[in-house]
Amino acid sequence: MLYFSKLRIFSVLIFTLIISYFTLSNFTKIDDEYFSKNIKLGLDLQGGSYLLLEIDNEPVIIQRLQSKVLEFKKFFKQKDIKVRNFVIENKAIIFDVENSKIEEVKSLLDDDKSEVNPYFQQYKSHQFNFDSMDTSFKLEFSDYGLVLLKNSSLDQAIETVRRRVDEVGTNEPNILKRGNDRILVELPGLDDPGRIKSLLGKTANLTFQFVTNNQEESFGTEKLQFEDGSGETIVSKRIILSGDNLADAKPTMNNQTNETVVSFNLDRVGAKKFGKATSSGVGRSLAIVLDGKIISAPVIREPIVGGSGQISGNFTFQSATDLALLLRSGALPAPLNIIEERTVGPELGKDSINAGIMSLIIGFILVVAFMFYKYKFFGLIANLALITNLFLLVGILTLFEATLTLPGIAGIILTVGMAVDANVLIFERIKEELKNENNSIIAFDSGYTKSRTTILDANITTLIAAVILFFMGSGPIKGFSITLGVGILTTLFSVYFIARLITAYYVIKNKHKEKLI
Amino acid sequence: MKTIYFNKFYKNFNILSGVLIIVSLLFLIFKGLNFGVDFKGGTLIELRTDKSTANITKIRDSFNQMNLGDVSVKNFGNETDFVVKFEKQNSNDPKFIEEIKIKLSNSIGSVDFRRVENVGPKVSAELLRSGVIAIVLSLAAMLLYIWIRFEWQFSLGAILALFHDVIITLGIFSLFSLEINLSIVAAVLTIVGYSMNDTVVIFDRVRENLRKYSDVKIFELTNISINETLSRTIITSVTTLLALLSIFIFGGEILKGFSLAMILGVIFGTYSSIYIANPVLVSLKVSQRTIVKEEKNN
Repeated sequence: MLYFSKLRIFSVLIFTLIISYFTLSNFTKIDDEYFSKNIKLGLDLQGGSYLLLEIDNEPVIIQRLQSKVLEFKKFFKQKDIKVRNFVIENKAIIFDVENSKIEEVKSLLDDDKSEVNPYFQQYKSHQFNFDSMDTSFKLEFSDYGLVLLKNSSLDQAIETVRRRVDEVGTNEPNILKRGNDRILVELPGLDDPGRIKSLLGKTANLTFQFVTNNQEESFGTEKLQFEDGSGETIVSKRIILSGDNLADAKPTMNNQTNETVVSFNLDRVGAKKFGKATSSGVGRSLAIVLDGKIISAPVIREPIVGGSGQISGNFTFQSATDLALLLRSGALPAPLNIIEERTVGPELGKDSINAGIMSLIIGFILVVAFMFYKYKFFGLIANLALITNLFLLVGILTLFEATLTLPGIAGIILTVGMAVDANVLIFERIKEELKNENNSIIAFDSGYTKSRTTILDANITTLIAAVILFFMGSGPIKGFSITLGVGILTTLFSVYFIARLITAYYVIKNKHKEKLI
Repeated sequence: MKTIYFNKFYKNFNILSGVLIIVSLLFLIFKGLNFGVDFKGGTLIELRTDKSTANITKIRDSFNQMNLGDVSVKNFGNETDFVVKFEKQNSNDPKFIEEIKIKLSNSIGSVDFRRVENVGPKVSAELLRSGVIAIVLSLAAMLLYIWIRFEWQFSLGAILALFHDVIITLGIFSLFSLEINLSIVAAVLTIVGYSMNDTVVIFDRVRENLRKYSDVKIFELTNISINETLSRTIITSVTTLLALLSIFIFGGEILKGFSLAMILGVIFGTYSSIYIANPVLVSLKVSQRTIVKEEKNN
């Protein structure tokens, strides 16, 4: 155990130097992406906001089922099968079939190639499961159909969230999928997430619908509230135009009324539709509806054919800016709920860094002093290994651009305390060996050999805890498991290569000296 | 070094440990744990106030007027910092926090919200579940590891020692109503690792000595092994405790609970390696034949 080949000494030194370099690169500024890396600070250290959003997919499911009902009606009409009493209940489509056609409908629904099973060719799975009782059929999304639906609405939502967050212009936001109905948004440096939250909390479904003159709700109309709470009115369910056709939107000043408005431009299809509707509807009121609430319902004075218009509605400049932003970034497929929020102010982050570094320095000094007191010269060796260990640990975290959190710093300090264990085990074993062995080289050698399994056992147990924590933990705790786990590996390296190398050199030079350790 | 007869006190300390475990369990069952917002859901606000105006009573009164459910206010570190926790969480309303801030500054003067945590019931239930799974999984993984590495008698000793440490640490948290949050789960897992580490070192020596001395009774043999590894046990505990004390004293309020749990865990982990793990070997009458038989089987 005490012999090192020249090649090995060389590679150990090179490895140590390279990794240590990355530790130092945290403190220097070099303009090169390979040679200047920095440890990323977690939100708890640099300050910022963490939001976990969950999609409420129910409206999407209902909407899909509604369009599926239309599809079915058309499909059965083509096949000359009479179906009736379509209802959507508990996220299922229920309908009745005439007696003579029950078997035919069953086989159609089962048929992999029929048009009602559009996914089968591609995914070898049905979009719907069906149940039938007498003449009544019940169709529900299959597990696979539901997963597909959730994934596509999540993909759509994440794009919209990204656009909205980007528009606000925060610093390096991090937007990630979590499972199949959640989105994680990390906003470094943001200490008041109020605005982002209000932007993400809106679906921003914009529609233009005509106001009807009816006094009562009837078929094809719906009663909607005004956004400002000034009452309600009845509008036609027919959608003239939706937010999908918007090409651009921005807040502007209306010079005539001196009011802040949102002016918008439509794409070609939208401009055409809008022109047609406004031409035929001169004199009528057109309601501008956002998420089921009427923003305003101006009277159409003349056809609007240029494809641009304005939305007024008692906006402040801020609210007009936000509405324009929402319209530009597009609607969310479904409402998002914020189910977890953690915000750390920059000041607390700074305090945490200072406290973390302070306790690291003090913990380090205490451990180093204790080791020197206990082992004198060999304490110095252990301490040198400890310093190398720290450099390696920080260097590796930097190299992989791991995120350092406050518990992560605690993990580093804990590593300092536990890292000396391996050297202590070795030194204590050597002391025992020296009692019965006069040749100090043999004693040192067997001290290393005999303590090896114990050291491995002892470190593997901690490593197991770190690995489990890594997979089960979230956010800052993950940071702890990373430093703890990497710390164990760097500890073993520094003990077996650095400390052993120096010990070997020292023992071979001083083999005749009495009482080496 | 002079031999210490740890084995003389096996019985006494086992009784003590038994009592501590029962008391801890009683506390855990009847008093329960003080779960933080991570596991209970709700809102946590860490705030800093102007020196002159604020105190706990005033802050509690103004929060109580806001209809937020159960409110708890605690001093946090120094006299201008407070942590307020309440049941209500409404992270969907973007103005929720802002309104609280305005109402609060109206009654106690300028405040700065240093940290806001808002955890919904679904997320807190999931965090609790994954925390429990993590702890159970780590115990199972340790059991598996030690079962592969040692004979079953040793595994049983080590696992009993682990349960001892985890239960008593949690019992102390229950007794003093200390908050259980995500970082405590991390601490418990680390305690599990540390306690195992400590036990394994002594067990390795016991096994080595079993091979070496065929005629020494396990009662004596454990004592020899504890003594041989004692200075290592002490030195490592001391350096680990030095590091942890440094976090506890200088690492800021957020890490207080974490480092306290770890300090308790290290103390009990060291104690249980000697007084739980070893007596188990003695009562299971482990002998040279135990390990020889196993080795033949392999």
